[in-house]
Amino acid sequence: MFGAGGGTSSYQEIEETDVILLWGSNARDTHPIFFHHLLVGVHAGARLFVIDPRRTSSAQWADAWLGLDVGSDIALASTMAREIIHSGLHNRAFIERATEGFRDYAASVEPFTLEEGERLTGVPAEAIREAAHAFARADRAMICWTLGITEHHNAVDNVLALINLGLLTGHVGRYGSGLNPLRGQNNVQGGGDMGAIPNKLPGFQDIERDVEARAHFEAAWGVPLDPHRGWHLTQMFEGMERGELRTLYVIGENPAASEADVRRARRLLGGLDFLVVQDIFMTQTAEMADIVFPSSASWCESEGTVTNSERRVQRVRRALDPPSDARDDMWILTELARRLGHDWGAPTAEEVWDELRSLSPMHRGMSYRRLEELGGLQWPCPDEQHPGSLFLHGRLWLEPREGPPAPFSVVEHRPPFEALDAEFPIRLTTGRRLESYNTGVQSGRFRSPLHKGGAICLSPEDAERLLLEDAEIVRVSSRRGTVEAPVRIDPGLRSGLAFMTFHFPGEVDTNVLTIDATDPRSGTAEFKAAAIRIEKIVRRASDGSAKVGEPAPALGR
Amino acid sequence: MGEMQHLTARRMVDLEIDGEPVRVLEGSTILDACRGLGIDTPTLCYGETLRPANVCRVCVVELEGARVLAPACSRKVEPGMKVRTDSERVRHSRKLVLELLSSSVDLSTTPAAAGYLERYGAEPERHGPPAPADPGRDRRRAGHHEEPDGQTAATAASPIKIDNELYVRDYSKCILCYKCVDVCGEQHQNTFAIAVAGRGFDARISTEYVAPLPESACVYCGNCIAVCPTGALMFTSEHELRAEGVWDEARQERTDTICPYCGVGCNLTLHVQDNRIVKVTSPDDHDITRGNLCVKGRFGVQHVNARGR
Amino acid sequence: MDLRLLEVSPTGAERAAVDGLLGPPASGWDGGERRTGATGNVARGGHRARARRDQLLPVLLAVQERVGWISPGALNYACQRLTVPPADAYGVASFYALLSLEPRPSRVVHVCDDLACRCSGSGALIAELEDRLGPEGAVAEDGGTASAWFRSPCLGQCDRAPAALLTIAGDEPEEHVLAPARGALPGLEGAAVDPVARVPQQGEPGLRLLRRVGRVDPRSLDDYRAHGGYAALRRACELGPEGVIRELVESKLLGRGGAAFPTGRKWDAVARQPARPHYLVCNADESEPGTFKDRVIMEGDPFALVEAMTIAAYATGCAHGYIYLRGEYPQARGLLEHAIAEARRRGYLGEDIVGHGFAFDLEIRRGAGAYICGEETAIFNSIEGFRGEPRNKPPFPVDEGLFGKPTVVNNVETLVNVLDIVLEGGSAYAQIGTDASTGTKLFCVSGHVERPGVYEVPFGSTLGEMLSLAGGVRGGRSLQAVLLGGAAGGFVRPDELDLPLSFEGARAASVTLGSGVVLAFDDTVDLPRMLMRIAAFFRDESCGQCVPCRVGTVRQEEALARLLGGRGRGDELALIAEVGRCMRDASICGLGQTASGAIESAIGRLGVFAGKG
Repeated sequence: MFGAGGGTSSYQEIEETDVILLWGSNARDTHPIFFHHLLVGVHAGARLFVIDPRRTSSAQWADAWLGLDVGSDIALASTMAREIIHSGLHNRAFIERATEGFRDYAASVEPFTLEEGERLTGVPAEAIREAAHAFARADRAMICWTLGITEHHNAVDNVLALINLGLLTGHVGRYGSGLNPLRGQNNVQGGGDMGAIPNKLPGFQDIERDVEARAHFEAAWGVPLDPHRGWHLTQMFEGMERGELRTLYVIGENPAASEADVRRARRLLGGLDFLVVQDIFMTQTAEMADIVFPSSASWCESEGTVTNSERRVQRVRRALDPPSDARDDMWILTELARRLGHDWGAPTAEEVWDELRSLSPMHRGMSYRRLEELGGLQWPCPDEQHPGSLFLHGRLWLEPREGPPAPFSVVEHRPPFEALDAEFPIRLTTGRRLESYNTGVQSGRFRSPLHKGGAICLSPEDAERLLLEDAEIVRVSSRRGTVEAPVRIDPGLRSGLAFMTFHFPGEVDTNVLTIDATDPRSGTAEFKAAAIRIEKIVRRASDGSAKVGEPAPALGR
Repeated sequence: MGEMQHLTARRMVDLEIDGEPVRVLEGSTILDACRGLGIDTPTLCYGETLRPANVCRVCVVELEGARVLAPACSRKVEPGMKVRTDSERVRHSRKLVLELLSSSVDLSTTPAAAGYLERYGAEPERHGPPAPADPGRDRRRAGHHEEPDGQTAATAASPIKIDNELYVRDYSKCILCYKCVDVCGEQHQNTFAIAVAGRGFDARISTEYVAPLPESACVYCGNCIAVCPTGALMFTSEHELRAEGVWDEARQERTDTICPYCGVGCNLTLHVQDNRIVKVTSPDDHDITRGNLCVKGRFGVQHVNARGR
Repeated sequence: MDLRLLEVSPTGAERAAVDGLLGPPASGWDGGERRTGATGNVARGGHRARARRDQLLPVLLAVQERVGWISPGALNYACQRLTVPPADAYGVASFYALLSLEPRPSRVVHVCDDLACRCSGSGALIAELEDRLGPEGAVAEDGGTASAWFRSPCLGQCDRAPAALLTIAGDEPEEHVLAPARGALPGLEGAAVDPVARVPQQGEPGLRLLRRVGRVDPRSLDDYRAHGGYAALRRACELGPEGVIRELVESKLLGRGGAAFPTGRKWDAVARQPARPHYLVCNADESEPGTFKDRVIMEGDPFALVEAMTIAAYATGCAHGYIYLRGEYPQARGLLEHAIAEARRRGYLGEDIVGHGFAFDLEIRRGAGAYICGEETAIFNSIEGFRGEPRNKPPFPVDEGLFGKPTVVNNVETLVNVLDIVLEGGSAYAQIGTDASTGTKLFCVSGHVERPGVYEVPFGSTLGEMLSLAGGVRGGRSLQAVLLGGAAGGFVRPDELDLPLSFEGARAASVTLGSGVVLAFDDTVDLPRMLMRIAAFFRDESCGQCVPCRVGTVRQEEALARLLGGRGRGDELALIAEVGRCMRDASICGLGQTASGAIESAIGRLGVFAGKG
């Protein structure tokens, strides 16, 4: 956000805020311990608005749940913004002092009257108005989001739309107010911090624009660096499609199960000249590999750090000896380098970290000793006297402001790539459950009574209309493929909306259905919006053969 | 950037404990003050991450001028308070509380119990031989009980509950400290899968209509087990290793690390015996978790022990 | 709140019982029918939904009344409507003896087998029921209706013992007090004529609290006014809130609920609290065995309580009040509900009370069979929809009471005293009674006396005078002992009848007036059996929260059982004393602190079990 990719606030702040917009996130299930902090805030009196197409377990805690239609987030945000502006509730002083581009932004949201917002999102105008006013009038307010915002073909615009709301009301850069993407993986923040982004060096230093930073790295590493950005995941698959990318080295990912339109992904992975997979398990992707490097589990069989959603760098430690064949990731990498003719020695995790600190100013104050003593530190932490940063962008409130103004962004409402029609009349959205995790590589291996397997979740209304019973196997089709799945009746769904997870690819290969319409900037696919149809499978008693029934009638929205 | 929010000045309070003057922060409890003086106060229902339930009454102290004893764990200090922590009156109540508990509940896996019983000279056996387990205990009605003959001492004993693969619930060991209910409820987890049901001596921890856990609201975070002071709630892994006679805390290494799942960054303490994770807890004093985890952090880490690696 | 409900649905009657109280559900999201269109793109909940938690007990009672028990389907639906987790609601429901979580027949008789009724034929009544319906709790067809009977602790009908409470579940639920319930239980068919409240001293001069009981029509506001009603409220408004409290302080009125705390100080403390709102709670959960005085006032002079509460609210700045009425008092409930509605209709409750510009309203909350809910903080938890467990003190109710706000909680009798204090002034009131115990006191005289009933005497009268008023020991037999103050009180000997009945007199004699119980036992009574009944009472009524009381009441009963059965180990008396001391010293609330009092007094003062250990 405005330069550094990280949530602006700390967990403790949500305990002391006044209004929370939880947008496109079912944190109750996907970030359970963060939700503890959120509920401390709620019990202390904070008002909670949950914006989600599904009435999730998180939404059930809300003072108001705004069940917008899938992919209408920008329309909702723009409607709220217009309502805030027209009610005179925008923070004029903050806008003037700390932002730029307000005039264009205000003009861009002008068409989004409450009525128009209701038409585009499905959410009653009164509820939109209530949320807008509550958010704008709050002394402190937070917006938190996850993949419901970012797994869309216009992911970046969605995020910008939320940032706009924060700038409009001045709910950023102060204790208890902020903009917080909740990270989905234990080190997705750390990965970005370390430069695993096409155009960034560690510490969010721009490889193309920040010549000085690049020079530091070149000096430290003794090699010239390619001054051009690399590819993100989607671009890599596009490269494979074009035949430009022929060799892939995958570390701790399972794209053969997790990619949208997974059949295409498998085809492309299968067409590579050479695929190397480094993982702790023989995943679907590893099965396809030419070479597999069995690795130790980074979080309990080796030393290092990870960074969480509040930018806190914390130590991971070795508690177990890895299985005999498995090697530490760092060992594999240095060994690989050695065999490629580069002697990187055998550095300890701390030595690698200290090198990072010497090159990334925002990490400089985080010695291992301090990380141990303080239970982690939040970046930026520029020196060893610095206590770490509870929240970001306090500079915007300084008089005079430090640094550049924060820009409003004009964004456009663009509905999901795939519209519903008579052939595929049901909106499929995907997500995650409490007890499972992504493709189930790790979470599929414990005996939880909560594991219920893959299924297609339908509203009671749709199940009734389609004459389907709970647990009945149905055929689910999108333009990309067909899977069979048991029906689960989910009272949290509205008519016309279906939900699936991709936790059990061996049982229900959900990503056969999803669409790889991708945001060109972030590279994330639109997992949240596909068009499907559901067909009853009529079993003949005599020979047991199955017959697909008539396509389901159009449900409309 | 990183500035501290409030630095409100807090007043100090002067009081006297066992004749010694002591000065502590306003809002401290007598227990806090005792700890500051190095006075070892027995506690059972007290939890570092929970508001004091003050129900076990083993921490009671005598306050000069007060009609009854006060629980040290929850009673806030007041200026000029004169506290006795080891008077005959205090010792009597502590002894009796321990006798009453020990005669009605199986304290064999309550780590602190044996020491307390000895220290206060508790004689639980004088209340009679323990009555056997009652399979109907979970259904007892408030306000009704069978008249006893007094030849056995009524107990909380009831059949052990094993209805899922993650937890074992042995309420014969339950002292009804409320911690599992409090942690499952509003203070942390907000799942409210369990509550105290029934009344009086028949009060017990229960799901709605004694439903098995898989039918209840339980989400298997294990936070109840983490706070249970008696071993009434136990992870299946520990229960089975104990049954095999293999469980050995002395041989367990504890290592703090970070959960491999979502991006919240929960601290895990891995309890490792023979290179296997036998239990997962979280530090009480870490701000992110406050001792709590979710089902993935608590149980989902078993994959590193899994075959196929 | 993300509730997970059991997979069962409510019946139509269960749904109707819940909706009857809460209104129909707003949409398919909160329990309404799931139809396209009925479940739109918005659902509300959160703080507003959770703030209805206090409707839990009323909803559970509504289901119990209508269906006869609380099924999983009914509990589910109640939980969904109120956003209460089912386990939590189950914990609450299972706390109360009048709520059943297992199927029960529609017709249930609760028979009092407590101390006073035992003196007046409850044994025979129970034998009769066993004969007609089988053993306790068994379901029997009786005249075409499924029926069952249960034992009950004191039903507060000791002046017309033996007593029973009949409940008939159905679309038009019925509740009847059968008192006296002798001879083939004539009321069992549901046609019972509910008895009318009377006092033996009716019409006698000098009565203050009982002045109108039996003389005024309890259903007529005009008749109440004709008998001096609402003069005190007018006077209070002239005095102003501070003036009322000044009079109250001068009157030296002490609370009649048992703790004898100065009422004026309590009111003053709440009035001064800056936190808002303030609440007023009238403790009408009269459940101390042998106590029925508050019932007699509520049934005989209900407007007096409404007026007194209005004055209390005016003085202490409360806009909302609750009468927490024990669940076993259907008549009092009917009369109070009527009185409140009448007062509201006539402007004595509501927005601008009789043109004096202050607002106050009150509602009745019924208990559901739990003695502990009469404890002044347990009552808050019960009203709020939680298990009726007492809270640790401090904080005290005047600081943090109902819903965490400053709260005045007073007993019925205490409140009714306010009327005369306001009318005649605090100093005049203080002339009555003794220096330290001003005013008059209601005593509940029952057991083996000729004329059981509620008697009003100035403080300082002797115990002997009290018994004489009630006609002395029934049938000319001799007195064995008197239980003074209830199960939480203690026994006195026949040679102690000159005991002055005042707070200070009782204290000097190491007894307590408690709730004003004077229960006389003649020489035929098997006192050890009565002690067992008292021990069983505390074991049943302990909330179970703290160890001393939860287990102590059990060990006390077991030790008594050994003494009674003649199979003691020789250390029972010491054990009872030691357990008693721990309960007294270390229990959270008054229940545990007094649970051994009567038994220890019987041992120490009467010498029951002398030489047995």
